[in-house]
Amino acid sequence: MIRLDHVFAGYPGKKVLENLTLTLPDPGRTAVMAPSGYGKTTLLRLLAGLMQPESGRIEGMENRKIALLFQEDRLLPWLTAEKNVEIVSDPETAKKWLREMEIDDGSLYPHEMSGGMQRRTALARALAYGGDTLLLDEPFKGLDDALKERVAARIKNAAPLIVLSVHDAAEAALMDAQIVHLDP
Amino acid sequence: MKKAVRGLLIGVFWIAVWAGVSAAVGLKLLLPGPGDTVRALFALARTGSFWLTTLQTLLRVAAGYGLGVLTGLLLGSACARLAWLDALLSPVRTVIKATPVSSFIILVLLWISRTRVPVFIAFLMVTPIVWTGVQEALNAVDRDLKEMTEMYRFTAGKRLRYLYLPSIRPALTAACTTGLGFAWKSGIAAEVIARPEMAVGTRLYNAQIYLERADLFAWTLTVILLSMGLEALLKRLARRKGAAA
Repeated sequence: MIRLDHVFAGYPGKKVLENLTLTLPDPGRTAVMAPSGYGKTTLLRLLAGLMQPESGRIEGMENRKIALLFQEDRLLPWLTAEKNVEIVSDPETAKKWLREMEIDDGSLYPHEMSGGMQRRTALARALAYGGDTLLLDEPFKGLDDALKERVAARIKNAAPLIVLSVHDAAEAALMDAQIVHLDP
Repeated sequence: MKKAVRGLLIGVFWIAVWAGVSAAVGLKLLLPGPGDTVRALFALARTGSFWLTTLQTLLRVAAGYGLGVLTGLLLGSACARLAWLDALLSPVRTVIKATPVSSFIILVLLWISRTRVPVFIAFLMVTPIVWTGVQEALNAVDRDLKEMTEMYRFTAGKRLRYLYLPSIRPALTAACTTGLGFAWKSGIAAEVIARPEMAVGTRLYNAQIYLERADLFAWTLTVILLSMGLEALLKRLARRKGAAA
């Protein structure tokens, strides 16, 4: 189990999460839902260890190999899709996940790809990293419904613990994930 | 092709302007024309000392330039990382940038041998240019990408190769290109004042003293051609490196 206990977190001049207490199943899949600006990204960044809570405690995230799909794709613009994935894994694993994400041409640079292709390349990178924990911030951004379905089927068993942020319940259903609402 | 023709026409235009002004002045002693200059250059090029002199100057400028680029890279990287070092060293950089090069040449002439003055001066002029370029570029590296490399536990070597070097490459190329021009100008100026043996600057000084104006222009032309050639080579190398990355 992952436990967040009375967590307060935010940025200078802006509180985002206030007194959040939450339990996430581990192993398991959890989809976090909330309107924009209500802390989905902050929660994932807290779990990834990129932010520390101002107060409160997070338990169960120690000693993990975490792969985080950022809200932005954060691909290195001077590397091809293939190289962007290879740098966190090995060539074979990179190729495998690019295929799974339906990236046929790994020689394209980010500026030559569509938004959806960039998203899938970033996803391939997170998956190729091979962590035991996958934190996915809006993984289906820019994908059409058919592609969402195929991509979800391929990633939902990729790690024992998956936490993702989604915009609607249908996306959570594609991942067979338990939904957690962050209430305003 | 069109660009090359346009460049050629512009070159021809300015040579014609030079020839016209020289003819209008009418005194080769004041302003030799392009023909006199090229003739003087060919006459010089037939002597062994021309090539030896040019090579010696080239080596001095190259040594100062290389040291300057290396030092600028180290200082730029260190100052981007350590705020206290930046605060400590930035006045030095400001002073170097603001001080006339001739002041440094005269001052340094008291401390080191004539032969080394051009090397030191070229080094001194190039260092702050590369230092500033590298430091600013490192400070501007995308924070999101930096965070991504931390998240995916890039090693220091991997971070340098895949994040920092590609991020600073355009600024480093620009600084190196600008620095090369400065290295030439300051190195030759140092040679004119320090007058080491076998130096283009010394030959420029002598040509001025002995009123050999065509030689003066021929040596100047040599410096310009070498500077342009090296700049083109540097740009080509940078493009190749960029393509290979």
